[in-house]
Amino acid sequence: MATFTASVPRTLPTDLLRRRAVQKLLLLAVAAAILVPLANARWASGSWPDALTVDLTKPLTDVSDWIIDNRDSHPLFLYFFGYVSNAVVICVRAVYLVLLAAGWAGVTVFGALVAWRVAGVRLALGTGAAFLACGLLGMWVPTMQTLALMVVAVLASVAVGLLLGLAGGLSDRLDRALRPVLDTMQVLPAFAYLLPVVLVFGIGVPAAVLATVVYAAPPMARLTTLGLRGADKEVLEAVDSLGATARQRLLTARIPLARRELLLGLNQTIMMALSMAVIASVIGAGGLGDRVYQALASVDVGAALAAGIPIVLLAVVLDRVTGAAGESAGEETGSRRSWLYAAVAVVVVALAARLAGRLDWPDAWTLNIATPVNRSVDWMTAHLYSGVPVVGGTADWAGHFTTWVLDPVRGGLQWLPWWSVLLLVATLAWLIGTWRTALTAVLAMAAIGVLGVWKPSLDTLSQVLAAVAVTLVLGFATGIAAARSDRFERLLRPVLDVFQTMPQFVYLIPVVALFGVGRAPAVAAAVVYALPAVVRITTQGLRQVDPAALESARSLGATPGQQLRQVQLPLARPALLLAVNQGVVLVLAVVIIGGLVGGGALGYDVVFGLAQGDLATGLVAGGAIVCLGLMLDRVTQPTQRRTKKGA
Amino acid sequence: MRVRTTAAVASLVLLTGCGAADMTKQASPFANAQGAKTVTLSVQSWVGAQANVAVAQYLLEHRLGYRVDTVQVDEVPAWDALSQGRVDAILEDWGHPDQEKRYVDDKHTITRGGGLGVTGHIGWYVPTYLVKQHPDITNWKNLNKYSSLFRTPESGGKGQLMDGSPSYVTNDKALVSNLKLDYQVVFAGSEAAQITQMRQFAKEKKPFLTYWYAPQWLFKKVPMTEVKLPAYKEGCDADAAKVACAYPHTPLQKYLNADFSKKGGKAAVFLKKFKWTTEDQNEVSLLIADQKLTPEQAAKKWVDSHASTWKAWLS
Repeated sequence: MATFTASVPRTLPTDLLRRRAVQKLLLLAVAAAILVPLANARWASGSWPDALTVDLTKPLTDVSDWIIDNRDSHPLFLYFFGYVSNAVVICVRAVYLVLLAAGWAGVTVFGALVAWRVAGVRLALGTGAAFLACGLLGMWVPTMQTLALMVVAVLASVAVGLLLGLAGGLSDRLDRALRPVLDTMQVLPAFAYLLPVVLVFGIGVPAAVLATVVYAAPPMARLTTLGLRGADKEVLEAVDSLGATARQRLLTARIPLARRELLLGLNQTIMMALSMAVIASVIGAGGLGDRVYQALASVDVGAALAAGIPIVLLAVVLDRVTGAAGESAGEETGSRRSWLYAAVAVVVVALAARLAGRLDWPDAWTLNIATPVNRSVDWMTAHLYSGVPVVGGTADWAGHFTTWVLDPVRGGLQWLPWWSVLLLVATLAWLIGTWRTALTAVLAMAAIGVLGVWKPSLDTLSQVLAAVAVTLVLGFATGIAAARSDRFERLLRPVLDVFQTMPQFVYLIPVVALFGVGRAPAVAAAVVYALPAVVRITTQGLRQVDPAALESARSLGATPGQQLRQVQLPLARPALLLAVNQGVVLVLAVVIIGGLVGGGALGYDVVFGLAQGDLATGLVAGGAIVCLGLMLDRVTQPTQRRTKKGA
Repeated sequence: MRVRTTAAVASLVLLTGCGAADMTKQASPFANAQGAKTVTLSVQSWVGAQANVAVAQYLLEHRLGYRVDTVQVDEVPAWDALSQGRVDAILEDWGHPDQEKRYVDDKHTITRGGGLGVTGHIGWYVPTYLVKQHPDITNWKNLNKYSSLFRTPESGGKGQLMDGSPSYVTNDKALVSNLKLDYQVVFAGSEAAQITQMRQFAKEKKPFLTYWYAPQWLFKKVPMTEVKLPAYKEGCDADAAKVACAYPHTPLQKYLNADFSKKGGKAAVFLKKFKWTTEDQNEVSLLIADQKLTPEQAAKKWVDSHASTWKAWLS
């Protein structure tokens, strides 16, 4: 999403580090020696002991039934949730009607002019072309539905984020209280947010908008706080000495000074909202995501692509335009008058289109790409799918990956006694982080057991581990190559940019075409999604290694391979750890969505819960996903806190 | 700023009408956008249901002058949407006793719309070419003997029983454990994925065991034989965890939103009368799924050649 910067702190002297690690391991070993025999004597079983689980099915089903029975009569719903839901419906409808009234020409011109004023001619042309492409693909109406939903969700997220960010920026106590919550929210997979809102609001647009707001507000809040706190002390003192009141100080100095962060926050919020608005089609958001979702359900790759391309175009355009706004923040952009001209132009075009009776995108201008795409996919399935001599087909690869990698890893994890999994989690988390992160990780893992979804969670975990391993091998290799060759890095950069802006949902389309249905395609999608962030962090980490250290290694006659192994990689260790952390978080998000293409495990439980209206199953799985996300984040979290998700 | 928020809140209250806001009566913000009289039909993901909706939509649009929106919702959420009026009708329901009791009998937000005329049956099926090799495979008692035939990477050491979409009516997990079968239920994730998989198996004449249902157009492409499960008796599937019997034969039902049923005018009357046969439905389904016609073209083709059938629905 936005560009990523990794700071590389100085590493601790290695022998000190090693001594501390040994101490930690000894302590853990002592604790394990006491606790494990106790636990084992009491609850001897490989999987999580039944005695320690709490069955939430009954209470959750009761809650869900109660809500359905009382939704139309209880005051809580009539006087609170009802209004919230109403407000969302009215706002979305209003924006949608405005967009429809402007017609395709009006909307396109409006988009292009805004892009022109904010970001220049090239982006304006790009924006116009992107909108026309949406229409050309026959996706005008779904695109407008998604846009209407997005506009409302982004405005709400920005409002909520600004409020929280202001609170955190002005009060230290609130900052301390909010920060861990926001940090955690950033690492949770989007899917986990869907169920609670569905429980209250039922399937439909209000639930989708609210889930999007919850998902997209945290980056705005974080960056607002960051901007307010990072303001130049001297400027603030100068303002104080002029005798400004607290309110004047906030409005005239601190907020303008934080403008760059605010715009970066807006950028991140928009990107996350788009990503979520698409995923929320699972709970009835409609629009483009819905088209992708339905097409995936019928494995109609062509139709999915036709809806996927507008999503990608929207994402790239929105990212570039808001990004450019952030870059040029501070300089005065354009005069009032040119904005006025732009507004007049939009109105004129919209009226002209209306008079010409061309409000709807004309059917004759649509390009049917579904049929040719499906034909080439059929050809691919016929020729690449299986039985290609020597290398085997993609389906064979998927089959082999499942049999030789996924199955053994899952089997191994599920075979491990439950206490040893906890011990493993504790060891890893403590070695990399602090005792606090270790404790959180162990508690999160234990909570999964208590929820009674130990087995499916380990299934999901096995997919995550396999995907992370593949991602790291590919990512580190590419990152090292990019760090060594400037030309390669230049070639790679635009590719990474585009891949990082795409919403998670889009990645499911090509993998279904190539690998069919099952766990292997879910893993493949996760790898592709997480790869850009890992490559980028690795490259940056390697490039920031102290040139003096490299130079001295070279003068000692080290070969390039030795330089890499003995100087660059050890010195870039913090960046590499960060890459692992990001990789794990991103992979989990997509492996969960893989439930839609046969990934099974927790993701499937969530889909099942939504599809069958069996919210107990879905909510328990959602809870387990949250815990798994927490655990994975804490286990891989280096001592220094890192930047946020989405890289 | 504060003035603006107050104004916003005030206008909101005005817009929503003072007092209670019942969110179960809210339509989708995207519905009725152009101010036409609209009927919203729920279309489920399987092709038979698409065929019903395609023909109903064609007649509503071309003979009765309605605008028809279709919404693809899974079966259980569709009941909820129907009760809230986000959908006006479900044309093919395979039996959801819990929902029927809650919405039709207790809350009266949904009314029965009569039978569709088609009888549905869910069961376990094996391809007919397999039955020719192993004639005794069609009895569940012999399934364990053959479980090694059905092994796949996803099913572990057991035989694979393939299920489709997580949203379909199924007791398969309970059946496998209660009948003590050495099988693993594997969900393909969607019906389309399941069909793709079955066709690939059939192309290579490989054995497979699958959850499937009739009427279904795929039988014309991949001939399959049902595996006999312990006979169905009234009420033997009452407790979902203890089911150990076959699936019933279900006359498929139509359901209408209660308000729509009263105030829906000609459209509601038409949808209540809509009734055809398994052959009719299969004809349209095959046009859609096998000859790749769009639902609208398929509906037109059927409508053009079956005037006597649909004339009765309009009278």
